[in-house]
Amino acid sequence: MTETSSPKKLILYVAGQTPKSLAAIANLRKITEEHMAGQYEVEVIDLRQNPRLAKEHSIVAIPTLVRELPVPIRKIIGDLSDVEKVLVALKVQDE
Amino acid sequence: MDSPLGIAKSPTGIEGFDDLTLGGVPSGRPTLVCGSAGCGKTLFATTFLVHGARDYGEPGVFVTFEERPVDIVANVASLGFDVSGLIDRDLLAMEHIAIDPSEMAEIGDFDLEGIFLRLELAIDAIGAKRVVLDTIESLFSAFTNQGVLRAEIRRLFDWLKDKGMTTVITAERGDGTLTRQGLEEYVSDCVILLDHRVHNQISTRRMRIVKYRGTAHGTNEYPFLIDRDGFSVLPVSSLGLDHKVFEERVPSGVADLDAMLVGGGFHRGSSILVSGVAGSGKSSLSASFVHAAAARGERAIYFSFEEAPGQIVRNMSSIGLDFKPYVDSGLIRFISARPTFYSLEMHLALMLREVQKFDPQLVVLDPISAFMESGGQLEVQSMLLRMVDFLKTRGVSSMFTHLMHGQESGMATDVGLSSLMDGWILMLNREANGEFNRELYLLKARGMAHSNQVREFVMSSSGIRLLPPYLGETGALTGSARRFEEAKTRRAEVARLADVERNKAMIETRRRKAKAQIEALQAELDADDLELDMVSKAATEYLRQAATDAHEMDVSRSGGDRSRLK
Repeated sequence: MTETSSPKKLILYVAGQTPKSLAAIANLRKITEEHMAGQYEVEVIDLRQNPRLAKEHSIVAIPTLVRELPVPIRKIIGDLSDVEKVLVALKVQDE
Repeated sequence: MDSPLGIAKSPTGIEGFDDLTLGGVPSGRPTLVCGSAGCGKTLFATTFLVHGARDYGEPGVFVTFEERPVDIVANVASLGFDVSGLIDRDLLAMEHIAIDPSEMAEIGDFDLEGIFLRLELAIDAIGAKRVVLDTIESLFSAFTNQGVLRAEIRRLFDWLKDKGMTTVITAERGDGTLTRQGLEEYVSDCVILLDHRVHNQISTRRMRIVKYRGTAHGTNEYPFLIDRDGFSVLPVSSLGLDHKVFEERVPSGVADLDAMLVGGGFHRGSSILVSGVAGSGKSSLSASFVHAAAARGERAIYFSFEEAPGQIVRNMSSIGLDFKPYVDSGLIRFISARPTFYSLEMHLALMLREVQKFDPQLVVLDPISAFMESGGQLEVQSMLLRMVDFLKTRGVSSMFTHLMHGQESGMATDVGLSSLMDGWILMLNREANGEFNRELYLLKARGMAHSNQVREFVMSSSGIRLLPPYLGETGALTGSARRFEEAKTRRAEVARLADVERNKAMIETRRRKAKAQIEALQAELDADDLELDMVSKAATEYLRQAATDAHEMDVSRSGGDRSRLK
């Protein structure tokens, strides 16, 4: 999961096609396309398909967005409905 | 563990708890275990889970929100729980749900489906029937949206119930509420409160079943214990007067004492109080009972609150009681604990547990007066009452020693115990003529005639003897006074015997003298007789001669010539 190639990786953990999950996916797509195109590569993992990963990555809340690099690891939980906050949470380390 | 009308229950394997709840925690439902920090919630939960996996064929999932799994495994390993082994055999699973709030931001709506997924995976992987959530409240510090959290926790409990999981949820005690986050609102089936109280600098753990829907249960506070055997609840209140009664007599190991009781010893199952001042031989007498029991092949426990086991064994060898073989062969157990180690309840609970485990025929508590320091009189009395009831219900003979502080007012024991006791042996240590002498007497022996004498209690390397008192002109005497008085009598006897001998000899001499005199007189008499005989003979001869002479004279006169003719 942890690629160090130039587009940094964001992993979004969802569980099935719940409204919250779908909203989170849509919100994340929008944010990455509109505000940081090319910087991040997004992977969506459906834990319902692969629940083992929930333990491996210690996911508690759904949906969870994980940015493993650069360290420290950042986790954002929720449907990412507040764009400004998501940007702050992701960028705070870059500045 | 189904009861015919009530709800199904799952045994926890926690000693005492299953009896108290008539079966355990409700099957397939959540049970809330709450209590303040360090009162044993996690251990309760772990014991429930490990016993389920190991003994009842119900695999379990341990969900820890606080401690790391390795720590939990290490913590309970000291109690003999091989958690790693159970994990390897797929009987147990650990799920560590750790959340670091510092690396997390909350943006928008969310749920805790992750926990559900992980739990479901773990449950399905081992076919779990039991789940522990320890301590789910720590989630409240990780998430800011408490509304979501509460809804999710409620959903989790419902979900576990739907899956038929027997669940134990631990929670911190709150201020004025059972749990800090009001979890009791979500768990309506069974709520257990653990408490850790310190009174007089002695801590006691207590447990109370606050709520248990659909079943009868004990409502009192029960002390519980965490030691090397794990978690055990000790129900000590449910005892009554349903005692076993025996006709059989139990020798005390002191033959002289048995002889004082008509029938030879106390009844089996008697409770005997031995009270006395310091150094009057209470422990020695008790030890003698224990030794005699072991010699008969019975088991005995000696609870000492003052001496260490090694010291008792050493000291008792001085009166010819060798405990070592019996201790080695497991007939006798010495258990020493300072009264201040635990609270009274805990002492009682521990003793009851030891008695249950060891199943002895004789129990000694030496001395019960030691408890007076750690509790009020009423508490001590109630504790001993329960101990006596418990032992008598099991038909166990018991001895309680009690240290009296003065023997003048010694008829009443501090703890007002005498009415609980079937036998009461009073031991005194009296000063007279510059020495202390031990005395023993039987103040009370229910259901048997007994001697009213005060005996002198003598300990030597050949054991304990009770000497009958010396009853002389000056009253009952003991010790040197007795020996002196006895010696005096012996000397008087010797003198008297000598007197008789002397008199006898004197009379004999007089008799011999008299006899000699008699002989002398007899000799004189004989001589006189002889003389008399001779005198009379001479007289006869004279008369005869005279007659002859006269005749001759006659003859010569009438024919005088004849003679001259011749």
